Amino acid sequence: MINKSLKQLGEMLQTKQISSVELTQTYLDRIAQLNPEMNAFITVDPDKSLAQAKQADAMIATGKTTALTGIPIAQKDIFVAQGWRTTCASKMLENFIGPYDATVIQQFNQAGAVNLGKTNMDEFAMGSSNETSYFGKVQNPWDRSRVPGGSSGGSAAAVAARLCAAATGTDTGGSIRQPASLCGLSGLKPTYGLASRYGMIAFASSLDQAGPMARSCEDMALMMNVMVGYDERDSTSLNHPKEDYTRELGKPLNGLKIGLPKEYFSEGLDNNVATIVQAAIDEYRKLGAEIVDISLPNTRLSIPVYYVLAPAEASSNLSRYDGVRYGHRAKQYGDLMDMYCKTRAEGFGAEVKRRILIGTYVLSAGYYDAYYLQAQKIRRLIAQDFENAFKQCDVIMGPTAPSTAFKIGEKADDPISMYLQDIYTIAVNLAGLPGMSVPAGFSNNLPVGLQIIGNYFDEARMLNVGHAYQQVTDWHNRMPEGIA
Amino acid sequence: MSLNSQDIKRIAHLARIEVNDDEAQATLNKLTGIMALIEEMQAVNTEGIAPMSHSQDVTQRLREDQVTETNQRELYQSIAPSVEDGLYLVPKVIE
Repeated sequence: MINKSLKQLGEMLQTKQISSVELTQTYLDRIAQLNPEMNAFITVDPDKSLAQAKQADAMIATGKTTALTGIPIAQKDIFVAQGWRTTCASKMLENFIGPYDATVIQQFNQAGAVNLGKTNMDEFAMGSSNETSYFGKVQNPWDRSRVPGGSSGGSAAAVAARLCAAATGTDTGGSIRQPASLCGLSGLKPTYGLASRYGMIAFASSLDQAGPMARSCEDMALMMNVMVGYDERDSTSLNHPKEDYTRELGKPLNGLKIGLPKEYFSEGLDNNVATIVQAAIDEYRKLGAEIVDISLPNTRLSIPVYYVLAPAEASSNLSRYDGVRYGHRAKQYGDLMDMYCKTRAEGFGAEVKRRILIGTYVLSAGYYDAYYLQAQKIRRLIAQDFENAFKQCDVIMGPTAPSTAFKIGEKADDPISMYLQDIYTIAVNLAGLPGMSVPAGFSNNLPVGLQIIGNYFDEARMLNVGHAYQQVTDWHNRMPEGIA
Repeated sequence: MSLNSQDIKRIAHLARIEVNDDEAQATLNKLTGIMALIEEMQAVNTEGIAPMSHSQDVTQRLREDQVTETNQRELYQSIAPSVEDGLYLVPKVIE
């Protein structure tokens, strides 16, 4: 059961071989068994999930269903869900009960999917290892002494350990793709503006984007059909026509032009990871693709640009946590200023504070032009790199992350080494392009991800490019030991 | 641009985050490396390049000035740290 695809589960539900209540209970039992150690979920609420499952079964009985009706999906704890505790993995929101539904949550609810619980993450999505969560570290199912990646680490661990049928994530600089790579699953960050940010707790608004995390590209295509769409409640939502993201699945790849950026195969890349990614490219050659050498010369600059823009936007977004309308408020304080300062000192963790301080500094009087404006200009140069590259190829491929999952604690005290985890993913967010990671093999029993970057709105083709590979390989079907 | 721990305290105050001397020093140590990384941007010639804030270069939409939300004050205040008579309570700011 736990290894069935979303399509197979959907068929079993529709033909009543299993009920949504039974399926949901199966996953809830697995969570009860494995989560105390793995810590992939912050909040599980069996009564709520089972009530939704009952509704789904009623929908199925009347024949009014969608592809995801009755399927249990884990939601990253960054999405506000009505009546659900929504923490963003921060002490600041430890007791925050969602008063409304994020658009993404609403879309899954309308499709009849079951909310299986809220997954762990780095605090306010700031991190690449899930170690900054106020609610504790998450174990990588492939090696419990290692991190699952981040910030969507709980979602990645939950999918890899079969604690849910699929999950949602968000990606500001690699937070869907890097954990997907480290946990051996498929993850897609859509074109910026496709999935609504309404009710998705803001980190860096010009970069944040929600997307699916699942075991296969076919599963992700079904989720994309549900979670993407114009939303007037999100001021940067794109009014893009509805698409069927499954429509390209199964098309041959003959003549597909794959660009390999030389900057993605240079120093800093683990040798085993490089070999595995090259082997995946060879597989694409066999599938009829043509390989083109390309260059993305400003890749190196994406890290400094990101660490100006993202903290700057975060410092502004996180100013809303002042202890007045919701969230944590310090117990002891003097005047209003003291209340703000103590509330925020207590409510935020070290990495979040660090980024707020960087953002406050680069936006402070006299520094705006040198930092924020300069970063936005270089951002355009980075986007132009991709624009030029896509004149020569259809998709770009390379590693998702420079290495496999690292040990818990290994980089926790070294922010720069942690930031370099996202060297291959950040530029995609800066350019607003869609990016995806698919499992491409193992190095010392740890998963390695292949990154596939597409042009704007090219998700349907990218999903087919990943799907074609998943028809001739079985990396995505491998299962970690000790979770059966 | 090199920072000192007084700068950290000043920035922290702008950000409304209380830091003590030890925290300021620890933060300074971490931030110095990050700021050095950021400084790499200064060597790039960006003359004539327009800043980019949205990949599709969309502009903010306008809508009719109409009420679209219903009043949910009680629901929203049910999760507030301190309220009375429908008002959010904060320390006295006006004598």
